[in-house]
Amino acid sequence: MSKGVPVKSKIVASRHDAIAGLESGHSLLVGGWGGIGVPQRLILAAVQTAARNLTIVSNNCGMGQAGDVGELFRAGMVGKAIVTFPTSPKAVEFRKRYDANEVEVEVVPQGTLAERLRAAGAGIGGFFTPTGAGTPLAEGRETRVIEGREQLFETALRGDFAFIRVHQADAMGNARFRLAGRGFNPLMAGAAKVTVVEADEIVPVGSIAPDDVHLSGVFVDRVLGPEEIGSVEEGVE
Amino acid sequence: MTQQGWSKDEMARRVAERLKPGSFVNLGIGMPASVVAAVDPEDGIVFHCENGIVGYRALELDEQPDPATIDAGSAPVGLIPGASIVALDQSFAIARGGRLDVTVLGAFQVSEKGDLANWKAPQADLAGIGGAMDLAAGANEVFVMMRHTERSGALKIVRECTYPLTAPRCVTTIVTEYAVMRVTPTGLTVEQLADGVDRAFLQSVTEPELSFAELVTA
Repeated sequence: MSKGVPVKSKIVASRHDAIAGLESGHSLLVGGWGGIGVPQRLILAAVQTAARNLTIVSNNCGMGQAGDVGELFRAGMVGKAIVTFPTSPKAVEFRKRYDANEVEVEVVPQGTLAERLRAAGAGIGGFFTPTGAGTPLAEGRETRVIEGREQLFETALRGDFAFIRVHQADAMGNARFRLAGRGFNPLMAGAAKVTVVEADEIVPVGSIAPDDVHLSGVFVDRVLGPEEIGSVEEGVE
Repeated sequence: MTQQGWSKDEMARRVAERLKPGSFVNLGIGMPASVVAAVDPEDGIVFHCENGIVGYRALELDEQPDPATIDAGSAPVGLIPGASIVALDQSFAIARGGRLDVTVLGAFQVSEKGDLANWKAPQADLAGIGGAMDLAAGANEVFVMMRHTERSGALKIVRECTYPLTAPRCVTTIVTEYAVMRVTPTGLTVEQLADGVDRAFLQSVTEPELSFAELVTA
């Protein structure tokens, strides 16, 4: 007969509680790839805060969908964007801010971005990759020939906050993704001081078999479920 | 004067014919995406997408798409039996780690040495890289599938790329509407010519000097 483990629930009452502490100047890691796995309610909650001059780390700069990172540009909250693909014709809000010289952009190869986030979560300072060697990205950068191949030094990339979208989560923060919704989400979860999960569904602790957990709750600080218990009068949906 | 050459679907078949059964293949945005519909499912080719899908297929007619399965251009796709999902770090580990047999990409320019330029026009103030640099640097072979020239008539197959590189010396095969070419240590070798395209015309729209494999006529 096993005793239940006393669990301090990570489930928060509202989207506003979920993002409490997000402040101007913070770096914010935002999950999502091609419109899937985007933490839309957390982004919409962030838009209602006074945080400005954020550095956002994301695959793109928005695809014109409600609740995607384009909302942060629309709200004028972003000072810098570290992204792989900023130039979608649908990234209209970003483009306005970029053309007005309000946003600095660092374009990073997608696999390098993934590995920089992974390194941060793994406590590793940096790594060498062949990606970008022999291209304009390598200009002025530290390179080394390893196994006969020129490689480019890349540093870990950390965030103050990570906004993560998952399919299922429990009160301990253990989570599962669904199909291509995984993307950057588990890597960003490891790379931030405060990791906030937006779950499509909350499931009882223990209902996800240990072997089936995609993201261990050790990487998760707060969980926002689909039902918000607390105040939602400021909701924008 | 231009000659007509292959349709986009025929170009996709030229690519598909050169993929080995059972190989792992990534398809870029745009024209290369059409290759998934051109392969014989019996060949067991496993299509990889940057987003972490390993094993996607073209949607069946009338199939209801799942919004959580998309290709590199965010178009809906289906999954094959035996498909798997990985996070982005492992997705690019597949590319850089030697597990990806071929990536098929579009291009602005390809040089006779196999240099690839496909992410940024020289005059652009901003451009996206996406997964292109990791795929070009990492895949065992890079196939380029593109129009042979710009609409303006500017040549895209050149001696030296003037556009910023995506990766140096990575392209092994170029498929255009006019021909299939291999990048060899001595330059570009034409393996196949489209019907109605002759050698002189092909050379006139290609900057580096071409050589022709024995079986190629016209």
